[in-house]
Parts: sequence; C-alpha cells; structure tokens
Amino acid sequence: MSAPAPDTASAPPLAPDAGDGAAAGWRTVMPACIAVIPLGLAFGVLVVQSGLDWWWAPAFAAFVFAGSLEFLLVGLITAAAPLAQIAVSSLLVNFRHVFYALTFPLHRVHGLGWKAYSTFALTDEAYALTATPDAANWSRARIIAIQAGFHAAWVASVALGAGLGTLIPPEVQGLDFAVTALFVVLGMDAYRVRRSVPVALVAIACAVAAAFLAPDDMLLVAMALFVAALIGSYLGGRRRRRTASASAREDRP
Amino acid sequence: MIDPVSVASSIAVAAAVTWTLRAAPFAALVPLRRSELLAHVGERMPLGVMLILAVYSMRGAMAPVETSTTLPLVVALAVTVGLHAWRRNAVLSMFAGTAVHVLLRSVLALA
Repeated sequence: MSAPAPDTASAPPLAPDAGDGAAAGWRTVMPACIAVIPLGLAFGVLVVQSGLDWWWAPAFAAFVFAGSLEFLLVGLITAAAPLAQIAVSSLLVNFRHVFYALTFPLHRVHGLGWKAYSTFALTDEAYALTATPDAANWSRARIIAIQAGFHAAWVASVALGAGLGTLIPPEVQGLDFAVTALFVVLGMDAYRVRRSVPVALVAIACAVAAAFLAPDDMLLVAMALFVAALIGSYLGGRRRRRTASASAREDRP
Repeated sequence: MIDPVSVASSIAVAAAVTWTLRAAPFAALVPLRRSELLAHVGERMPLGVMLILAVYSMRGAMAPVETSTTLPLVVALAVTVGLHAWRRNAVLSMFAGTAVHVLLRSVLALA
C-alpha cells in the first residue's frame, strides 16, 4: 500500500461542503455518542447498585474510559480484588487495543500533549471511526473532536445513570445481569468475526476449570490457561506447517 | 463501606494499563506488524476473553444452584442470546435480558 505523504500539500482536495475541522469530527462521532447512551446509563446504575458513591461512576468513565473493563472493574473492586489481579485483568480485557496502532492516524495529531490524549482516548469506537483510508489525511481538530466528543458523551451518560440509579428502590434486584449480558453480546459479536467453535469451547473449559481449581483467582487462572492454550496452538500449528512443507519438498522429484 | 483509597488505586492501575496498551504499540509498529504469534493470539482473544468474562460474571448465580437465582439467570441468558442472534442489536439484547432478570429476581425474592 502506498499511502500519500501525510502533509497538507499532498492531501487530496476535500469536497466543498465536507470541511476538515472539529465540526466534521462532531458529525462523524454523533451516532456513536447516541448509541453509547444506554450503555452509559446502565453502567452508572450498576456503580450505584454496587454500593459505591455515585460520583465514582463518572470517575471510572473519565479515567479508565474503556467500557467493558469498567463493568468488570466494579465487580472486582466490590470483591476487594488485589491490584495485581486488576492489572492483569485490564491487560487481558484491553489487549485488543495493541492492534489499533496499526491503522489509527496518530501521525496527523501533532504535539506531545495532543498525542498523549489521543492515545489515552483510543477506544474501540475511536478506532472504528478512523479505520477508513481517508482518515490518514484528517486534521488534528477533526480527530480530537471525535475522541473528545465520545469521551464527553460517555462521562455524561454514566453520570446521568448514576443519578438515576440512586432513585431505584432496594427491592429491585438482579441489575448486575447487565454485566453478563454485555459480555455475552460482545462474545457473540466476536464469534461473527472469528467463527471458531474450538476457541469458544477451550475458553469456556478454561473458565469452568478455573472456577473449580482456583475459585478465589478464577479470572486470572482462566485467562492464563486460555492464553497458554493459544500460544500452544500457535507453536503446534507452526511445527505442523514446517513438517508439511518439509515433506512436500521431499516428495518433489 | 468500600475504602475510597483502594477504589482510587484500582482505577489508577486499570487506567495506566489501558493507556499503556493503547500508546506503547505506536513505538513498536514494525515488529508488531511482523509478529505471527501476536496475530494468532490477537485474532482469537476477543471471542475467548468475552466468554471467560461471561462465565466469570455468572459464577455467583450458578453455584450453588438455587431456584431464586439460577432460574432467572437461565431465562435471562436465553432471552439475551436469542434476541441477539435474531436482531443483532446489542443495546436491545442487553436491556431485554436485564429487564427479564430483574423482574424474575425481584418477584422470586418476594415469594
């Protein structure tokens, strides 16, 4: 792929009414902001129902800014999980972010402070909204507007959810299912991308085994078993490929 | 009451790890593009991690098996999975599943 040099001189001319400033960024991010409101409300309610003060909810949203990890974190914190477990859980839940650097147009975001914010706010949504080829020529204002707009929408909807959560009477039980539902839905969406029954079965087996072997450290043990299984399948696959290509060479006359 | 210092330090650790995962790869783009192991693990991780988290989040309602907690869980799971397979609308699936769970749990707790 021969990407054009990322300077303004070689940038293709923009459509007359498109614009490339913050306003274009707002327009790009608006649907994502609206879509995330229900999830933000649910997270705010969950924080309050878990026994934390309501203002922790926007603190999670503003500083962690990673939806599925925030849901998990509330449960870990109320279970008094050690910091090491929180660090490893964060690492595994958000490991996918490692790949976002491959396409995100950080070269367009000039200035160390802006780069710092832009990497901090590199969420799934920011990645998805900038994963188009022309994003490589977008302005800093446009990219930051997308990220900051989404950040603001997330914090605001979470704070609103926390406010609503304080109004829910204690007779209402079982709201914590929102966390399970989130992971089930994300798992089904991941399956549509990677249709692998063995991966799904191995993951569930790791989780169940860890629940019996190490109930207190279930999450860590399950994730460690799963990653070890993936590394094992990579090494096994590589060995098979090597033997196959070696025997193919020998078969050749 | 949950100790505010431990909540704040948990948030700080999670934020630091997440930011590192988002920022550090920009410093290592070339080896990252080349690593077959990373690609192999990365492609399979989202599915597996989400399933492990789903099982983890249900462990309290699965063992011990009790009608008042296990029944609402099984019904709500069926609603969430069925609806998501049918409509593919994440918000709809989550809200319907959670609503069913809250309703059954609250009613069974009164009985």
